[in-house]
Amino acid sequence: MTLDPFMLYALSAGLLAAWLAAPLGVFVVWQRQAYFGETLAHSALLGIGLGLILQIHLTLAILITSFIIVISLHQLRQSALLATDTLLGILAHGSLALGLVVISLQGNIQLDIMGYLFGDILSVHREDLYWMLGLGVLLFVFFYRNWHDLLNLTLNTELAQVEGVKVKALQLQMTLLLALVIAVAMKIVGILLITSLLILPAATARRLANTPEQMLGYTFFTASFSVATGLILSYYLDLPSGPAIVVSAMTLFLILLLKPKK
Amino acid sequence: MNQTQPSASADTPSNLLISAHQIQHRFGDNRVLHDIDFQIKRNQIITLIGPNGAGKSTLVKILLKILKPTQGQVVHHQNLVIGFMPQKIQIDPTLPLTVKRFLQLGLKKAEHNTTQIETIAQELQVESHLNQAVQSLSGGEMQRVLLARALIRNPDLLVLDEPVQGIDLQSQSQIYQLIHEQQQKRQCGVLMISHDLHLVMKHTDEVICLNQHVCCSGTVQSLRDHPSFIAQFGTDLPEHALYQHHHDHCKHG
Repeated sequence: MTLDPFMLYALSAGLLAAWLAAPLGVFVVWQRQAYFGETLAHSALLGIGLGLILQIHLTLAILITSFIIVISLHQLRQSALLATDTLLGILAHGSLALGLVVISLQGNIQLDIMGYLFGDILSVHREDLYWMLGLGVLLFVFFYRNWHDLLNLTLNTELAQVEGVKVKALQLQMTLLLALVIAVAMKIVGILLITSLLILPAATARRLANTPEQMLGYTFFTASFSVATGLILSYYLDLPSGPAIVVSAMTLFLILLLKPKK
Repeated sequence: MNQTQPSASADTPSNLLISAHQIQHRFGDNRVLHDIDFQIKRNQIITLIGPNGAGKSTLVKILLKILKPTQGQVVHHQNLVIGFMPQKIQIDPTLPLTVKRFLQLGLKKAEHNTTQIETIAQELQVESHLNQAVQSLSGGEMQRVLLARALIRNPDLLVLDEPVQGIDLQSQSQIYQLIHEQQQKRQCGVLMISHDLHLVMKHTDEVICLNQHVCCSGTVQSLRDHPSFIAQFGTDLPEHALYQHHHDHCKHG
């Protein structure tokens, strides 16, 4: 099988995005934060809109927006008397809609909104790969150093705090890393599908794993497999790459449902 | 364990594990705790009782320094090691975790020690569950595992938030028995939150009755003669009585 150079480019970008998402994805699943991840992803479009208006780097704009979303969520939880999932729904769709409005208002800018929503792997530049590699190093250091503490805060935040874990600082760092991964992986699967890149490989890996570390390992494996098959299918059948990746991840998940649960 | 303190008599300052002065706490405009002074010493068992909403859990969080009080200060003994048993723990079934690993995570990274885990598991009668998924345990088994985890760091102080909540009577007395045994063996301090006194009573050195402030406190014996305690519990209190806890007298607007 021969692949075009641009396909190799897409494949390496896709695999990098999947590997970046893997360690965050297992914690998103363990901590039941899927909807939180979804909210951060949706708010990224608002980040892009604001970044274009203010003419700042889009990744920085996405980070700032994520930060605002996290603070708003914290404030609303204390004052709005609504359940967290309701608040997340409001913030997710409110920020997505606001993002679309803000982007539409800038009539003179030719912007591929569909590309942001569903991914456009062919728009990946060399610079994006550097971002991903840099972020990969950051994630590796973060998870390698804090793995034990992160597992403990996943079990129970109060117990972790009594045992000396810096719970708030770690949660904040993890949220910022999640926002960064969303910002760089957005081009691969798009804002609307990015949560699936976080949770589907991890959910699939659960069927195979006996320890948290094994689950992370299998998550890398299932994510890589989904990206590779998805991109190859999209190349030969001329399918949109983001949805193709998610469909292949979904298929793998369904196949492993047949396997008895561990 | 704190190496710097030999076994001194119960009243020396080095035996003071936590002291708190003039604690006051508000959530927004809502004052939940006020005018609280608290001390706990090594080898002392204190039970904190009070109705729902009395601020028991809030006070414990403040004493553990998880929560910063609006006013007042909390002082921990130097290098104080606390073993904490939270009220309930919910571990998502997607986290593949055995009981053994759960206990291991209670140790510091460098201290992984299988014999230590096995010893504590044996003492708390959970050794047959070590390789089982932590989510598959029954209520009573989970409480024993949580107690094992609280003890695994050899704490100077054991803090237990409603340790027998939601488990059957037989497991309840077993848990109390285990707590008592471990306290005797380790001579550590114990701070326990409870809304039922009946089984804790006989081992408790001091009972603190909380309803936003300290309504009354003292030994079980002295409390029996205390007017407000008599108002709550009546005069003749059998050792293992099951009784309703009333706090109506404590409402101060």
